[in-house]
Amino acid sequence: MTDETKAAAPVSERPSRPPGDGPRSGGDRPRFGSGGGGGRSGPGGPPREGGRKFFRRKKVCKFCTEKIADINYKDYRLLGQFVAESGKIVPRRLTGVCSPHQHRLASAIKQARNIALLPFAGRAS
Amino acid sequence: MNRTYELMFIVRPDMVDEDLDKLIANLESTVTSAAGTVKNVDRMGKRRLAYTVRKFREGVYILMTIEGTGTVIHELERRLRVTEQVIKFLTVRIDEEQKRLEKIKKLRDAKKKVSAQPAPAAEEAPAVEPPAAETPATA
Repeated sequence: MTDETKAAAPVSERPSRPPGDGPRSGGDRPRFGSGGGGGRSGPGGPPREGGRKFFRRKKVCKFCTEKIADINYKDYRLLGQFVAESGKIVPRRLTGVCSPHQHRLASAIKQARNIALLPFAGRAS
Repeated sequence: MNRTYELMFIVRPDMVDEDLDKLIANLESTVTSAAGTVKNVDRMGKRRLAYTVRKFREGVYILMTIEGTGTVIHELERRLRVTEQVIKFLTVRIDEEQKRLEKIKKLRDAKKKVSAQPAPAAEEAPAVEPPAAETPATA
């Protein structure tokens, strides 16, 4: 009984939602409901996977994964990957670089700027 | 206290090669007279600058590796500042970084040997070993 009412409740909710959102979530959710019909822990178990609308890839530190030990100011091509179009150092939260590597990266970029390998502002002329 | 430094400097692009040779020889003699040694001189060639320096848009990059004390660098930088053809320079101390890199390399080599040895040695070991080998690799 409880399972039936639960399965029915989302269906009754759906029409009230905006039409743009409806079809998408409607396509996903019944699958979860039917799959978790055997046990209530089914829908409760993986809420992270089901609840999240779009999957975000976990960012990893480039220097850790590729084992780049030496972050050198002369390697301006490597450093250029972590400099925005405006010439700014891209923050860690966007690139996924770990804290110790970001520290070295930042100082290397600053050294490269000093010797005109990288621009202070704007694109390299 | 001997330290290793890396000196990168840019000379104006319209400089003649002979003048550049003379300049480098001059700098080398400055280093040696101040009880330092020049380990390496690398001419990296002409390159476009990221921004204009003294109205030049490109310059010739030269990299020198020097061993010596701080007084050597002090004298060298003073000379570079006076030299008209040199438009920019940067001195970086590299011995500590080199030491760090050697340490990392040694660690990695040791890890490779450890992971290579026990694999054919025992049958029980592989079941325990993979997680043990993975955790240091990430650290």
